[in-house]
Amino acid sequence: MNLPLLFVDSLTGPLQYGFFQKGLVVATISGALLGFVGVYITLRGMSYIGHGLSHAIFGGFAAASLVSASFIYIGAGIWGVSSALAINWVSRKHRIGADAAIGVITTASFALGVALLSRFGSSGPSFDNALFGSIYGISADQIIMLIGVSAATGAFVFFRYRSLLFTTFDPDVAAASGVNVSRIEAILMLLLSLSILATLTVIGVTLVAAMLVIPAVVARMITDSFGRMLVLSTIVGASCGLAGMYLSYFAAVPSGTMIVLTGAAVFCVALAWQGWRSLARTAGLDDHPEDATPAIPAPTRSA
Amino acid sequence: MTGTGVGPVILTLDNITVAYEADPVLRDVSFHVHADQFTGIVGPSGSGKTTLLRTLLGAIRPQRGTVTPRDGLRMAYVPQLETVNWNFPVTVFECVLMARTQGRQWPKASKADRVDVAAVLERLGIAEVAERHIRQLSGGQQQRMFLARALLSNPELLVLDEPTSGVDVSTRHDMLHLLADLHEDGISIVLTTHDLNGMAAHLPHLVTINGRIVAEGSPHEVITSEVLERTFGARLEVLEHLGMPVVIDDYHRITPRAAS
Repeated sequence: MNLPLLFVDSLTGPLQYGFFQKGLVVATISGALLGFVGVYITLRGMSYIGHGLSHAIFGGFAAASLVSASFIYIGAGIWGVSSALAINWVSRKHRIGADAAIGVITTASFALGVALLSRFGSSGPSFDNALFGSIYGISADQIIMLIGVSAATGAFVFFRYRSLLFTTFDPDVAAASGVNVSRIEAILMLLLSLSILATLTVIGVTLVAAMLVIPAVVARMITDSFGRMLVLSTIVGASCGLAGMYLSYFAAVPSGTMIVLTGAAVFCVALAWQGWRSLARTAGLDDHPEDATPAIPAPTRSA
Repeated sequence: MTGTGVGPVILTLDNITVAYEADPVLRDVSFHVHADQFTGIVGPSGSGKTTLLRTLLGAIRPQRGTVTPRDGLRMAYVPQLETVNWNFPVTVFECVLMARTQGRQWPKASKADRVDVAAVLERLGIAEVAERHIRQLSGGQQQRMFLARALLSNPELLVLDEPTSGVDVSTRHDMLHLLADLHEDGISIVLTTHDLNGMAAHLPHLVTINGRIVAEGSPHEVITSEVLERTFGARLEVLEHLGMPVVIDDYHRITPRAAS
């Protein structure tokens, strides 16, 4: 048996199906987008809001599907942004922690979604597909929306890179230094909601939060530089989307589950690699001379 | 060192009151910053020092009163080291470059950006750690890195929150000289400190606060038993040493218990 040929056949075989081609493109872009946005979300300690928002959006998704199939994404988007604003408002005005506000608002929204879909059904994707992701029935509109959200997110990060980094690193000092932190945070929340919405079909409501966190955490374990973390997290997310989609095809399980399981496997490898590196350093196998703290020269004094 | 504030006023706090919850942290505080000023704000924990700095910077809006900076005043802020997330994945170069939030903000630094960051790191003696992660720096290097970030925006007024908190005596000494140099170069400085002997006594102008301004003036006018008792609520003895006030804690020796 010619193994390389078998491998190439395995990769090219599924590509003869149009639904798989679309699914592969959407899963790869979705992984990249969530990996990219996830860097800002995890570094700000907002992983839980990603988890909550995906559940909240499910409520909007169900409610909007009752109105019209063409209204699903607009309705779910409005619902998601409203949930984010409601979380912000409740936690600020009522002395309730943001985590508790997320727990109440988003799970209530999720429960409403389950109730509506159970009672009335959906004019869009099925209940299971919405929860765990599916590559079937991906429309051209969804691909256009995903590309649009990815382009908008990329453009925002590119043109506001330093303000966004400053706000993520230290919002108080950024505000004191003249950065419009409230506006930056509002745009970030909007892009997070849109990213979740755009990737919901393939990854699924219950699993999308994992793809916001895993690539960013893996990238963080590999690098200490923010710029490199952003690139690595995007690559890890895209790779998990691509590999997970193939595995989903061969294992005949929902795409979201295999994408997340691929991410979890990459996370385990990164964790093991980091552990080995740490052991090697402790044992003196890896000197890393650049880690030695140099002597501090005296500051240059003015004449 | 001059710095007692005889130049033109560049920023005015007029009768401000700031509250986070029901009770105000600052009440009826009025304060001027002059062009050549070098002022230390002294007070106990919770006295409103950091709130005063953040109000002055415009990061907090007071419930009452006004903050009026001179038109186009360039201000920069150096935070307390204790408030920084040291696990954040950022190198010294990336951290300093954050200050360039005006104009082009592309991820890749321009040649001018790289030259400016290198120059400010060189000036502060930390050029060779530019590619290090921020956690890999010593306390003194970390403080200089944030000072470098502040200086990159070419400020007229530098505001520092507890710049010598948690650093050793040698680093504190370096920091004091560095700030004196920057002041000599024409930068106005306002900082907070609770270090009366190591920092406050060396500054040309002090303001003591405890919710309100208690006293204002030179170290000799402000570092007195009477003012310190009103500010800190504790009796402190003040001696004179080499022309500078030295604060002595009213301490009790702890005697060892007799063995039973």
